[in-house]
Amino acid sequence: MFATITELFAAPWVMTLLKVVAVFAVVMPMVAYSVVAERRISAWIQDRVGPNRVGIPFTNIKLLGLGQPLADGLKSFVKEDFTPAHVRKVFYWMAPAVAMVPSFVVLAVLPFGSMLGKQKMVIADLDVGILFTFGIVSLGVYGVVLAGYASNSKYPFLGGIRSSAQMISYEIAMGMAVVPVFMLVGDLNLGAVIDYQASGAWLVFKQPLAFAIFLIAIFAETNRLPFDLPESETELVAGYNTEYSSMRFALFFMGEYAAMIAGSALMVVLFFGGWTLPFGDFFNTPAQSSIGKGLVHIGVFIAKIAMFLGLMIWIRWMLPRFRYDQLMNIGWKRFLPASLANIILTAIVLWVLHS
Amino acid sequence: MEGTLFNIFAGLTVLSALLVVANPFSRNPVTSALFLVTTMISISGLFVLLGAYFLAAVQILVYAGAVMVLFLFVIMLLDLREAARRKLNLVSLAMGIMAVGALFSVYKSSIESKYGEASQQQEVAADTGQAEVKMVGSTRALGQALFSGDKGFILPFEIVSILLLVAMVGVILLSRKEPR
Repeated sequence: MFATITELFAAPWVMTLLKVVAVFAVVMPMVAYSVVAERRISAWIQDRVGPNRVGIPFTNIKLLGLGQPLADGLKSFVKEDFTPAHVRKVFYWMAPAVAMVPSFVVLAVLPFGSMLGKQKMVIADLDVGILFTFGIVSLGVYGVVLAGYASNSKYPFLGGIRSSAQMISYEIAMGMAVVPVFMLVGDLNLGAVIDYQASGAWLVFKQPLAFAIFLIAIFAETNRLPFDLPESETELVAGYNTEYSSMRFALFFMGEYAAMIAGSALMVVLFFGGWTLPFGDFFNTPAQSSIGKGLVHIGVFIAKIAMFLGLMIWIRWMLPRFRYDQLMNIGWKRFLPASLANIILTAIVLWVLHS
Repeated sequence: MEGTLFNIFAGLTVLSALLVVANPFSRNPVTSALFLVTTMISISGLFVLLGAYFLAAVQILVYAGAVMVLFLFVIMLLDLREAARRKLNLVSLAMGIMAVGALFSVYKSSIESKYGEASQQQEVAADTGQAEVKMVGSTRALGQALFSGDKGFILPFEIVSILLLVAMVGVILLSRKEPR
């Protein structure tokens, strides 16, 4: 089929496949290690030690507990996969997968670097990138809702209902918050957003209100504290995933962290300049031929994501949970009007500047 | 490639749409709602094949992401039992077939008339390599068509907006606990 190896690499689908595999190979360990980070940081905040024992298997090398994901994963796989008798089976089996897939699909349109060789570092360079992202993010609610419905018992059901109301509410605020960004950029393509920021100030400085609303909406969309009402332990005994055990539960868990990574990546792209850094040409212009420069850009992007993950973990252990009416009030009565006002304000400023 | 993808998405659309209304395995309303979601997503796949990326994204965002979630929400809150099999109602069946037939003939005549010719012209223009035609599916072109005054659709757009606004106010008014 392919005469030479160069001919094989010339085919567009081969490079796309390679990128998909590469992104997956980077994101899965990030998911695993953000769980470890969560446990270690929570331990530091609460003046405990946290998991620091598991290192390389069968040796005494401890590596600060960096082997923990291996142990956790193994535990999840070998535990009994118990299906309670009262659940709706098909939905019960489907829900963990449905919860996990959207977070990964979002990553397909995010530009995670400038260039590597002749390849643009984005899996699918869509012209409607951000709309695609919001569409897929809005599908994320099905996993939680289905899990709540399938479990066929009280607390998971309440968790599912809460989750669908919460995610729909904050999706609207989130969508409205980023509209000013695209009024400034004039393009829905996420690569264009980064180009815009590479040539000027980052958008967080031009649209601080939009960024604040977007950040908080991401917290609500990923069901993180202070908005983790769908799974609040003290009220709903873990909410929608109460009836799940072993690997299915782990899939929900991984889905949540993958959603955190996707949300952080989205914030980095939209407001923090993507792979760029404001330190001269090396960090601001696409790497045309130099592989090293391309790798540095990808590294910058991942470092920024890690920073946001750290912020999310830190906030989780510092703030108490909102009450449900407070959550709805702040979403509908504060964020939505504020983001609408922001759109109008941006429109007026652009109109004055351009006329 | 495109033909295969079209067959896949079109088949998926029709199959899941059938399963929404006539599912032999389950009479559960949640199952029907989920098949409706599948239908929406495969329709957006068809939009992508037509080059209408904006419509495809909005289709997923609005229908699959928001409307259907609300459907599910309501179904779950109402706690509907599995619907019993109803007898075939001949009158409603006849009415349904008539409605589908009428809609089909409207579509058929509109495709064959003005717009069909327009799209043929576009195909010819695309063969001759005019850059403008490539913009048809893009967001910018859509916005310009919708919001420009003289040749665009600004008036219908605004009328539809007001209709939606009225519906929204009506819903809020109806769902108030104590009408004043």
